Amino acid sequence: MESVQAEQRRTDIGPPNYENFLHPVIKKNYGTWKYHEILKPGVLVHVSETGEKIYTVRMGSPRLINIETIRMICDLADKYSDGYLRFTSRHNVEFLMTDQSKIDPLISEIESKGYPVGGTGKSITNIVHTQGWVHCHTPATDASGIVKSVMDELYDYFRTMKLPAKLRIALACCLNMCGAVHCSDIAILGVHRRPPKILSNLNKLCEVPTTVASCPTGAIAPAVVDGVQTVEVNEEKCMFCGNCYTMCPAMPLANSLNDGVSIWVGGKVSNARHAPMFSKLAIPYIPNNPPRWPEVVDAVKNIVEIYAKNAKKYERLGEWIERIGWSRFFDMTGIEFTKYHIDDYRFAATTYNTSTHFTL
Amino acid sequence: MANEAKKSTTPLLDDLEKGKWPSFVREIKKMADKNPRAKDLLGQLEMSYRDKVTHWKHGGLVGVRGYGGGVIGRYSDSPDKFPNVAHFHTIRVNQPSGWFYTSKALREICDIWEQHGSGLTNMHGSTGDMVLLGTSTDNLEPIFSKLTSKGWDLGGSGSVLRTPSCCLGKARCEFACYDTLALTNDLTHEFQDVLHRPQFPYKWKFKMAGCPNDCVASVARADMSIIGRWKDDVRVDQDAVREYAKSGVNVQTEICDLCPTQCMSWDGRELKIENTWCNKCMHCINAMPKALRPGKDTGATILIGAKAPILQGAELSSVLVPFMKIEPPYKELKDLVEKIWDFWGEYGKNRERIGELIQRVGMGQFLEAIELPPSPQMIKNPRENPFIFYEEYFEEEGSGEGSK
Repeated sequence: MESVQAEQRRTDIGPPNYENFLHPVIKKNYGTWKYHEILKPGVLVHVSETGEKIYTVRMGSPRLINIETIRMICDLADKYSDGYLRFTSRHNVEFLMTDQSKIDPLISEIESKGYPVGGTGKSITNIVHTQGWVHCHTPATDASGIVKSVMDELYDYFRTMKLPAKLRIALACCLNMCGAVHCSDIAILGVHRRPPKILSNLNKLCEVPTTVASCPTGAIAPAVVDGVQTVEVNEEKCMFCGNCYTMCPAMPLANSLNDGVSIWVGGKVSNARHAPMFSKLAIPYIPNNPPRWPEVVDAVKNIVEIYAKNAKKYERLGEWIERIGWSRFFDMTGIEFTKYHIDDYRFAATTYNTSTHFTL
Repeated sequence: MANEAKKSTTPLLDDLEKGKWPSFVREIKKMADKNPRAKDLLGQLEMSYRDKVTHWKHGGLVGVRGYGGGVIGRYSDSPDKFPNVAHFHTIRVNQPSGWFYTSKALREICDIWEQHGSGLTNMHGSTGDMVLLGTSTDNLEPIFSKLTSKGWDLGGSGSVLRTPSCCLGKARCEFACYDTLALTNDLTHEFQDVLHRPQFPYKWKFKMAGCPNDCVASVARADMSIIGRWKDDVRVDQDAVREYAKSGVNVQTEICDLCPTQCMSWDGRELKIENTWCNKCMHCINAMPKALRPGKDTGATILIGAKAPILQGAELSSVLVPFMKIEPPYKELKDLVEKIWDFWGEYGKNRERIGELIQRVGMGQFLEAIELPPSPQMIKNPRENPFIFYEEYFEEEGSGEGSK
């Protein structure tokens, strides 16, 4: 019954055209929006040149959602937004509505089902994150569990807009950074700290030349052990990036005792005021402590609270640190500064301070 | 006995059902009641929480017939304990531009996934696809034929054009300087072959952002970032500026003083902008959207080379074409893309992103190869070292060749 005739098989049709999914008011006013306002946390209105309005209610989601939840969201869309909705780049759901009087009933219904409304303006919106132990073979930590624990603690920041500026948190569970967290206000990044193990069946699973070539520091060399072709690792040269494991399944890095989390701060992607910036290292290592990673939650909360108290209006975390200087950042947050904070990879010298501009 | 029976098999994950933020554990558990894959996922995840290590094995080659991407192979390292996730492959479904849906379309996907998979999804994955999380190899073809019959196709994975994604652009944003949804849809359809069949040295990502706010993080995440901008003057509604001032906005300190080019002045009645200095940062427009708007002569800056750390370190995209009009049929943009892909295909090493290739050969060489002129918008500052690879030189007269 499930078999499909070759001639019926369709390929390369691409995604459906987005125009099929646009609310009629959006279709009508496409490209003619004049301005928007944030009416309250999680609620936007966009006004067109013609005066027509579309309201948006933004709901937080845990990203990993089941089909029952999607159907519940569809029911809400049918009831409140003529069956039209969208998702944001940060896993939130947006209901697109024309009837302002339906906004509050929709919010009550969303909240009664255990989902928050917010994530607009000067808030902490949803955490962009990766798969972790739920579905990945290279993670140094879980993703969803840390995100849940951090958002439980920062919940009020999602539902209010009381920060100096927006604050974007992202999590990637290894250096592959599927979540491209390297330009976030606060990035939580899983790290390995031990070199790969070399499994005895490497010759059956991996190509030795591509495995050797995969190492950015040249730490992997061909070797013959007991007459069998394999590789050896110069452990002093290993920076635990995991690229060898991506190329060769016989070189796993996962280590339950040593894997953990690092914290990075001050990145941004928007061009507003300051140019886009990378996040920089704040905390090199925190051990994995499931199910709630309390040390990670405390570290993030500490940075958020000190930033919230001290930054000026509109100042993103990285702009604030740039103004006060890194010495003051470490001082104010109480985060220990170590040799790991000083870059020793390519172009490291460009990050050294060549001025006397700093606080003591 | 009764207590024994009630004892949870997932005590660590149970803790993550508590708290105010919606719980992914509750999402999995709700499916676990009726779906054996979701039940075994929960069990294996609990084991990871106990062991502090993943229990997924390295992926294998798995997919639908004729495609080389779109399905991520995933196998459990404990299939004896959790047989229902022995294979637990991910399917990437190419999202519509801007992640707009109707409830009808989403329900159709839910029905397919209920019958053939774990019932668990990510809305959405990092690249932008809808992610169907976990099924077995024998379900892949049936799912694919059902998805295509409803008008859906798979996204990219591996060394292919990854699923392009964009901000919501002109659909619901007054800042959009070009039609991000239309361009994304057009490029995705134009390049279906390289999206489904690996032909590149490594992955290639396009991200379309309508304005310099870059809500899809294209500058951090896309091999080619197409970021909308304008050339003419910021549009100002002086009455609306005065309204903002009256309602408590300190136009001097919150707007003028924060302008990175200091191109604005405010005398309490009128906001003046020296537009030739303006670098289109968006701050003033973000802060007073009712009063200020981007100009009307719009297009985009094309940037190149962003990537995450693997292999040679993370990079942000940098300027390649300072300004380009972005209008159908996008010939200028597509010609540029083809030239870059040709160069990358010719010179890129296995698993070398375009940003790394440019670092290796030098931006100057790259520009010559793709026939683009160098421009000062491409750099933060000119070189600081004197190690110049001069190519021109003079020779003594009569010695044969003159200056090159």
